[in-house]
Amino acid sequence: MNKNGFGKKLVTAPYTLWMVIFVVVPIALVIYYAFTDADGGFTFENMTYIFEYGKTFLVSIELALISTAICLVMAYPVAYGISRFEARRQQTMIMLVMLPMWMNFLIRTYAWMTILEGNGLINRALRYFGSDGFGMINTEGAVVLGMVYNFLPYMILPIYTVLTKIDVSTIEAAKDLGAGRRNVFRRVLLPMSVPGIISGITMVFVPAVSTFVISKLLGGGKTFLIGDIIENYFLGNTGMINYNIGASLSLVLMVLILISMTVMNHFDKDAGEGEGVLVG
Amino acid sequence: MTNNHIIDLKNISVSLGGEQILKNMNLYINDKEFITLLGPSGCGKTTTLRIIGGFLEPDEGDVIFGGKRVNGVPPHKRRVNTIFQRYALFPHLNVFENVAFGLRIKKLPEKEIRQTVDEMLKLVNLSGFDKRNVNSLSGGQQQRVAIARALAVNPKVLLLDEPLGALDLKLRKDMQVELKNIQQRLGITFIYVTHDQEEALSMSDTIVVMDGGVIQQIGSPLDIYNEPKNAFVADFIGESNIVDGVMVRDFCAEFAGSRFECLDKGFSEREAVDIVIRPEDVDVVPTEKGMLSGVVTSVTFKGVHFEIIVDVRGFKWMIQTTDYEAVGNVIGLRIEPDAIHVMKKSVYSGRYGDYSSFSDEIDMLSDTSYEEESVPDE
Repeated sequence: MNKNGFGKKLVTAPYTLWMVIFVVVPIALVIYYAFTDADGGFTFENMTYIFEYGKTFLVSIELALISTAICLVMAYPVAYGISRFEARRQQTMIMLVMLPMWMNFLIRTYAWMTILEGNGLINRALRYFGSDGFGMINTEGAVVLGMVYNFLPYMILPIYTVLTKIDVSTIEAAKDLGAGRRNVFRRVLLPMSVPGIISGITMVFVPAVSTFVISKLLGGGKTFLIGDIIENYFLGNTGMINYNIGASLSLVLMVLILISMTVMNHFDKDAGEGEGVLVG
Repeated sequence: MTNNHIIDLKNISVSLGGEQILKNMNLYINDKEFITLLGPSGCGKTTTLRIIGGFLEPDEGDVIFGGKRVNGVPPHKRRVNTIFQRYALFPHLNVFENVAFGLRIKKLPEKEIRQTVDEMLKLVNLSGFDKRNVNSLSGGQQQRVAIARALAVNPKVLLLDEPLGALDLKLRKDMQVELKNIQQRLGITFIYVTHDQEEALSMSDTIVVMDGGVIQQIGSPLDIYNEPKNAFVADFIGESNIVDGVMVRDFCAEFAGSRFECLDKGFSEREAVDIVIRPEDVDVVPTEKGMLSGVVTSVTFKGVHFEIIVDVRGFKWMIQTTDYEAVGNVIGLRIEPDAIHVMKKSVYSGRYGDYSSFSDEIDMLSDTSYEEESVPDE
């Protein structure tokens, strides 16, 4: 028995080691840098930069929320549609959803640059038809588009997964009890797919709120997100580099994400315990 | 309309995936009746139920409900409710909200909803379970919630698709009694689907025996048991010895090399027939007093009786008797005229009723194949 326990430890050791080196230590370092100054002394001063970048924080959250909402609205019907196909067709459709993810994230985003830019595909096509074309790249819209395009599969997949798990007879039971299409959706499908929606929202919102590549390539330095600021403090011009401020901003972002995830999970639990809590 | 039909199925045919499931089926169901569709898996009984419920449209034929044709009417507009094989409760709602589901859709006042739900929960013996999570309930309790949920919307007809299939034997017996009570108390029509012949016999007013998409026989449990129409029905309902025979003339049948007095008539002279004799209707007597004699090849103690297999001129008979007979004994068999039931030859002739390959194990195997069908594959 003792040996067995030792064996278990041995098996999990590489992963534990991995976690410590690549998760625990980095987080500890972030926290250390966030609360120290250049000389290593303890300070809260780094935190004051949050107010300096308050507007950037808000823009980041706003764009991430918009993208997440668009993803949700687009993904739900797609996921539902796929889940109604027969099993083999479903696999093909899901593969098509995931296909873009097999290509590098950067390349996909560069591709959008060539589509949107002044001399890009769209504008050339417009000019061909006699229009002057218009500026699309380097706008907030372009950034949102990049986010939606890149993160949409992360919304479709979890929603699709919960929808396929719903027993068809549950839906039939609802119809049987007098529910038309709208009531079936509102009272059965939607509440039962809440767990998938929650994880979809988390999986889109978190990377969207912290991205810097998309805003850099499609926002062209006009739309600054908090991710860009943090990146600058770590990898920017030599004069800009300040690990302490970068770390404190990262920490704030992490806490923000943690809070939003906790709130989301709370919703999930409510849905799991039954509507009675909300209705009755 | 002078008849008492609540549902009429007329010339219904259905094919699913290239396979014909129902072949020109005609069936009427009387109001307030407990009717059971009985048959092996794949016989079309669940399909029939789905057609009545509105979940499936027949390729041909009419579905008449209370005198009106309802083809094409969606399930939520039919006054028919279903108890599903796997209960199909709403996992995101508690017991109260599950039962209240149909009432909330009708937008009834909260007070009325509360009253009806309480009433229904009381009816199925689940008072006080209101706030419970349905996933925390046992199979039997979940089934009761499903019943309460369907009855709450006050249906004219309740469809039950193997509702007790997933319950253990004892619970199943209790629920049988309870369902029958509920049906009688509420005075609504129950259409019950099962492959369990015992369940069908003990609960139904009328049994519809189906096989291969065709109704084999419709009748009361007694009729079905005592006067099966063909070898399939005789074999499916209870145990039967089915032997080849010839009607010599009215009231006289010849089988197993002897002539027997019987109560059947109306066959042509020397017509080849199937003869059914139930195992409990054969008396074991000393050889010299027997009409037939044979050698005991196996004996199984069943509690109330012994089940013995007797070899009579190469054909194995099953006989249920309270007297022990050792394997190898030569015994006489006596069959009274009223124990002999004569059936016309059918496509099923010769396929059933010989116990030479009989064993409990085979019985069990075929039972588990049904179980697999009704147990949720999660």
